Amino acid sequence: MERRTIFPGIALPMLLVLPQLLLTVVFFLWPAGQAIWSSMTRADPFGIRTQFVGLENFADLFSDPLYVDSIGRTVVFCAAVTALSMGLALLLAVYADREIRGRGFYRILLIWPYAVAPAVSAVLWILLLHPQIGLVGRWLNRAGVQWNYKLDGTQAMLVVIVASAWKQVSYNFIFLLAGLQSIPRAVIEAARMDGAKGWFRFRTVVLPLLMPTVFFLLVVNLVYSAFDTFGTIQALTQGGPGKATETLVVKVYRDGVVNLDIGSSAAQSVVLMLGVIVLTVLQFRFLGRKVAE
Amino acid sequence: MATLLLEDLRKSFGSTPVLHGIDLALASGEMLVIVGASGCGKSTLLRLVAGLEVPTAGRIVLDGRDVAGLDPAARDIAMVFQNYALYPHMTVFENMAYGLRIRGLTRDAIRKRVGEVAELLGLGGLLARKPRQLSGGQRQRVAMGRAIVREPKLFLFDEPLSNLDAKLRVTMRAEIRRLQRRMGVTSLYVTHDQVEAMTLGDRLLVLHLGRPVQFATPMEVFERPADTYVAGFIGAPAMNFLAGRLGHGGSAVELDIGVTIPFADGRRPGPDGRKLTIGIRPEHVQPDPAGLALQVDLLEPLGSETVVIGRLPGGEMLSVKVAKADAPTEAMQVSFPAAHIHVFDAEAGLRLDATA
Repeated sequence: MERRTIFPGIALPMLLVLPQLLLTVVFFLWPAGQAIWSSMTRADPFGIRTQFVGLENFADLFSDPLYVDSIGRTVVFCAAVTALSMGLALLLAVYADREIRGRGFYRILLIWPYAVAPAVSAVLWILLLHPQIGLVGRWLNRAGVQWNYKLDGTQAMLVVIVASAWKQVSYNFIFLLAGLQSIPRAVIEAARMDGAKGWFRFRTVVLPLLMPTVFFLLVVNLVYSAFDTFGTIQALTQGGPGKATETLVVKVYRDGVVNLDIGSSAAQSVVLMLGVIVLTVLQFRFLGRKVAE
Repeated sequence: MATLLLEDLRKSFGSTPVLHGIDLALASGEMLVIVGASGCGKSTLLRLVAGLEVPTAGRIVLDGRDVAGLDPAARDIAMVFQNYALYPHMTVFENMAYGLRIRGLTRDAIRKRVGEVAELLGLGGLLARKPRQLSGGQRQRVAMGRAIVREPKLFLFDEPLSNLDAKLRVTMRAEIRRLQRRMGVTSLYVTHDQVEAMTLGDRLLVLHLGRPVQFATPMEVFERPADTYVAGFIGAPAMNFLAGRLGHGGSAVELDIGVTIPFADGRRPGPDGRKLTIGIRPEHVQPDPAGLALQVDLLEPLGSETVVIGRLPGGEMLSVKVAKADAPTEAMQVSFPAAHIHVFDAEAGLRLDATA
C-alpha cells in the first residue's frame, strides 16, 4: 500500500523540496550544463576567443587513438579492481560469517580501510611499494625482481589496481556479510542435511541467494573504479609512467586542468556523465528488484 | 529403516549445560515424540542427532554405527524444519531433487522418484512452482517430500506444524502419521504441543530443563505421569494439584482442605505425616451433592463440555470438566474419586506408587 499525502495548494510542497532542488541545481545541473556548453566550444591558443564548434570536440575525441587507448585501459582497470575487491571481500565475508572467536574484532579491522582517505591510502601503498623506500618494494628488488612501478607501466597498473581494490574491499565486505547473514540459517542447514558440502553447497544455495547483493555491488564497484579512483591514481602515479595508468577520469583532469584544453576535457566529462547515468539507472533497477526470484 | 540408540548424550553451550545425559533406544520404524516446554533442550537434542550440533559427550548409534562425530551429510538422516527451510530460488521439483542430485542419481531416476513422492503428497501439479508461490500447507508438504524422497534411515521433525493454522495442523498431523506408518521410517518428532505428542508418538520422551523425566507410551504418560511436571504438562485442561499428608498407616491421604481419601490401589511408603501432592484431572473430579463446595470463578464452554474454574473453601484453585448440561452458575459440590487420584511426593515431585 502506498500512502500519499495531499497538500492543499502548491506553495508548501514547493517550499519543502526547495533545499534539495537548490542543491541539485547548484552542484549538479549548473556545472553539468556548463560542461555540456564547454564541450561544444573551442578556445584559441591564448584563451582570448572562444567559438562554438558543435559536436566537433566529440568527433575529435573518438578519432583520437589516445582516447580510445584510455577507454581500453579503463575497462581493464575497472574489471580488475571490481573482480579483485569483490572476490577478496566475498572470501573474507564467508569466513567472517562463521562462528569464530573474536569475530567482532576481526570485522572491525576489515571495515577500517573504508574510513581512510584516498590520498592517505595512496601514501600507505607508496610506503609499502616504493622501489627505494618501500618495505615490499625493497624486498622485491633484493629478491631479484626488477621492481619499479615508476618506470614500468604494467607494474604501475598493478599498483593502482591493488591500491584501489584494497580501499573498496571494506565496502563490499559489509554488504556481502549482511547478504550472507540474511540467508536463513535453516536453509543452509537443510542443504547440509541433504548432503551438500563445501563448495557445492556454496555454489548451489548460498551464491544464488546472494545474487541480488552481488549485482548491486557489481554496479557500485564499476562506478567506484571508473570515477572514484582519481585520488588514488593521482597520488600514486599521476597517470604515469607515460600514460600507463591514465584512465578516463585522470585524462579529463590532465587535458583540462594541466593542458588547459577545456573543450576536449569538457567533452570527455560529458561522455563520462552519460556512463554514470547508465550505471545509475542499472543500479536502481537492481535495487528495486525483488530479492531471490 | 534403522534403530537409534542414544547413550548418555550431553550438550553444553559454553559453561551452560543444556542436556544432562539422554539415554534412549528406538526400534526400527518407531516414532518417538520429544515433548517439553520452550528451552527444555528438545530442539538441541534433535540437532545433535541431525549433526547440526556437536555433542559434548555421549554416543549416537544409528543402525549399529556411531555417527556422533560424522558430518550431517554422512548420516543419511532427513529433517523437516519448523519454517520448512525450502530453497527459495529452486522450484518444488528442484527442492526435492537436490538431495538425490548430490547422491549422484541419474536424471531419469530423479524424475521418477520425485514424481512418485509428489503424487503421494498431492504435489503433482506444483512441481514447476517456486516456494513463494505456495501456501503454508503446500510448503509443508514440499518439506516433507524433500525428506521422504531420499529414503533416509531416520526422519527428524522440528515442530513442523507450528506455523500452520489450527485446521490445517489437524489434517497434516494425521497425514504425517499415516505417511510415517506407511513408510516405516524411524522418526524423532519434536513438539511443545501435547495433542501432537499424544496422537503422533509410539512413545513419548518428556524433557524438563534438559533432563528426561519420562520415556513411555503416550497412554502411560497420561495415566501414570512420572512426576508433577509431566502430570501438569500432559492433559488439557491441566491436572489439579492439592497438598496433603500421608495418614492411616500409609493407606490414605489427608488433604489440607480437610478431606481424607483412602488409596484405592494400596499403601504408599513412608511415615504418617509425609508431605504429599495429590493430582486429579479436571475430567475426573466428580460433581457430588455431598461433596466440597466449589465457588465458581469462570466457565469455559468447549461445546459439548464445560470447564469450570473455581475455588475451594480454603481458596485453592480447582478446575472441573463437566457435561454441558451439568454446568453450574455460581457454585457446585465436588468430590475426588479414589480411583483417579495421582500420588506424588511433595518434596521431589516424584510419583509414589502403591507398595505391593
